[in-house]
Amino acid sequence: MKVLAAMSGGVDSAVAAARVVEAGHEVVGVHLALSRNPTTLRAGARGCCTIEDAGDARRAADVLGIPFYVWDLAERFERDVIDDFVAEYEAGRTPNPCVRCNEKIKFSALLDKAVALGFDAVATGHYAQVLPGPDGPELHRSADPAKDQSYVLSVLSPEQLTRAIFPLGDTPKDQVRVEAAERGLRVAAKPDSHDICFISDGDTQGWLAQRLGERPGPLVDTDGEVLGSHTGAYGFTVGQRKGLAIGTPAADGKPRYVLSIEPVSNTVVVGQLADLEISRITGGRVGWCAPVPAVGEQVGVQVRAHGAEVPARVVAVSAAEVEVELLTPVRGVATGQTLTLYTGSRVLGASTITGTA
Amino acid sequence: MLPLAVAAMVEELPQAGNASSLHTSGRRARRVVEEARELLAASFGAGPSEVVLTAGGTEADNLAVKGLYWARRSADPARRRIVVGATEHHAVLDPVEWLVEHEGAEVVWVPVDAAGQIDLAALDEALEDDPASVALVSVMWANNEVGTVQPVAEVVDRAHARGIPVHTDAVQAAGQLPVDFAAVGVDALTISGHKFGGPVGAGALLARRGLDLVPLLHGGGQERGIRSGTLDVASIRAFAVAAEQAVSGRPEESLRLAGLRDRLVAAVRSEVPDAVLRGASTAERDGTFDRLPGNAHFTFPGCEGDSLLYLLDAQGVECSTGSACQAGVPQPSHVLLAMGVPEPVARGALRFSLGHTSTDADVEALARAIGPAVGRARGAGLTSSTPTGSMKVKEVAP
Repeated sequence: MKVLAAMSGGVDSAVAAARVVEAGHEVVGVHLALSRNPTTLRAGARGCCTIEDAGDARRAADVLGIPFYVWDLAERFERDVIDDFVAEYEAGRTPNPCVRCNEKIKFSALLDKAVALGFDAVATGHYAQVLPGPDGPELHRSADPAKDQSYVLSVLSPEQLTRAIFPLGDTPKDQVRVEAAERGLRVAAKPDSHDICFISDGDTQGWLAQRLGERPGPLVDTDGEVLGSHTGAYGFTVGQRKGLAIGTPAADGKPRYVLSIEPVSNTVVVGQLADLEISRITGGRVGWCAPVPAVGEQVGVQVRAHGAEVPARVVAVSAAEVEVELLTPVRGVATGQTLTLYTGSRVLGASTITGTA
Repeated sequence: MLPLAVAAMVEELPQAGNASSLHTSGRRARRVVEEARELLAASFGAGPSEVVLTAGGTEADNLAVKGLYWARRSADPARRRIVVGATEHHAVLDPVEWLVEHEGAEVVWVPVDAAGQIDLAALDEALEDDPASVALVSVMWANNEVGTVQPVAEVVDRAHARGIPVHTDAVQAAGQLPVDFAAVGVDALTISGHKFGGPVGAGALLARRGLDLVPLLHGGGQERGIRSGTLDVASIRAFAVAAEQAVSGRPEESLRLAGLRDRLVAAVRSEVPDAVLRGASTAERDGTFDRLPGNAHFTFPGCEGDSLLYLLDAQGVECSTGSACQAGVPQPSHVLLAMGVPEPVARGALRFSLGHTSTDADVEALARAIGPAVGRARGAGLTSSTPTGSMKVKEVAP
């Protein structure tokens, strides 16, 4: 097969590329340039997108002896990921840009271009498994549960999965680093990337404030009583406790949390921890990469990238929406996040959370 | 590298001796350097004392632009303006922009026509505006991307009539076109060894006797005090050997390259009828050219240059899209944009350079690969098509 290996400059994608090369495929390495002005994204080598990362990716490709190109997808990234990220926060939701990037950039813009140029598949360093099933490829959690990234890939369609290769899905991270060192890849000890790649200092609130400006509004409790003010509702996430400038403590002396964000009235509603607990989730933008679960079926759901899976029952399902009842209530579920449904280790599909109760 | 240049370099590498030293081996090294300097001077119509050896074309361009600006400005603080062609190489563009940002310079970009040739009327206008405020004029001999040859002698006439010195970057021209420093009358001229079969990292600025240049590098005072640093004897000798061979063989070689290039152009046009040849005419008149004989440059409608690059490379055809930024992201060429090519079209640019190793078989390989590659690249389309803020062109007058 002709395989395009997406190479971020990190250890995972380098070892993933190495494994595809060793499996005997014809491999070309591609680094995605996601910013027109690369140094603005990140100051240090903390993840993707710096000139240093591009250099690391190129160096790894040279060691593997494969051709290497940088493809400029900055415009698509700006439009499909960054603009969407800002718009979602502005609308009072909490987006997941990594999910969006996989859906719109890596397995759409990049994959489409690769296929058009004659490639059969795209390989990445994600920790997830594509396993053959009776009706085509199935997406499963990785063997290393601590590194599992099936959540951020759960938006992929069955067609996208047929062209996706995740060579690291069956391997623990430690072993990947050992393999990198054995292969002479200089990135073997490079630290993992954690936060959002286009916010270099990790200060999402500050980054948003720079883009959206100050928009002062009230902080209220569940009875509508004004407790204080904020400089922009977009800077808050459901479940957040820190950074609430409330002058007077609560009557019960307990800490308060963001319960909801109402973008139209620019209001942030706060309340007690217990108020954050929810047991129903509704989602829009539904996509399945497995047979659609029936109403009443018990599934596992995950609502954030590093969250635990909880048992749930499908209450309603249509082409446009899905609703689940959680058998174990969870706290602090923000709209805009991805709701991923599992059966065992298999991903059934994903949906964008539109409401909770 | 030319085999003769390799042989000269290999012979020289084990020799000890600092060309600035007075002992026997130092004197021997000095003799090699001075003979090389004489050979270089003779090859390009300069006097030996006019050859300032550098570590390549970029350094020589920086020395000319910054060195001339600083010298002229310190003689008369009113001289703040630098008049530069819009399609110059980055080794000229970037020092100019640096001087604007850090040293109080003002830049006047002289526009080019659709073929990439400088607008002499606009140059006149820029100079006439306030001649006493111009520090220098820099116009390249031939463009590195589209191959267009500039009327350097006419630029010199206009600048000298107003007492303004002229620098020309002749890196692309040297070895492909007759380059005569004295005859063309420029005050400073850049050449680089690797463009005509010499080693990478060896270049020179030919600087007219008496031209005042503030050095970039201070130290041992080598090269008339203009360029300090221990001389790289082996590279310098190989550089001169290559220059001598390239210049003496140039009349035949440039006709050979032009013939090869014309076949390449015909092959691309027959395989891809809507490909557009960019730059000046490929015609040759009595041994003179409006375009570098080894250059062909096309835009392929609906293609991304980097897609073509990949597809052709996979077929063993090596070419380039133009300029690449540090991260290796292909940027639309400032040269094409200055020539009035719209950005989406400029993204589909591919430059084919032919040199002393190029053969008919190479042209045939390209002829076979280009049609399918363009078809495929069109399928992949343009990943972006809307104009983006781009470098250096905003200042260029329409």
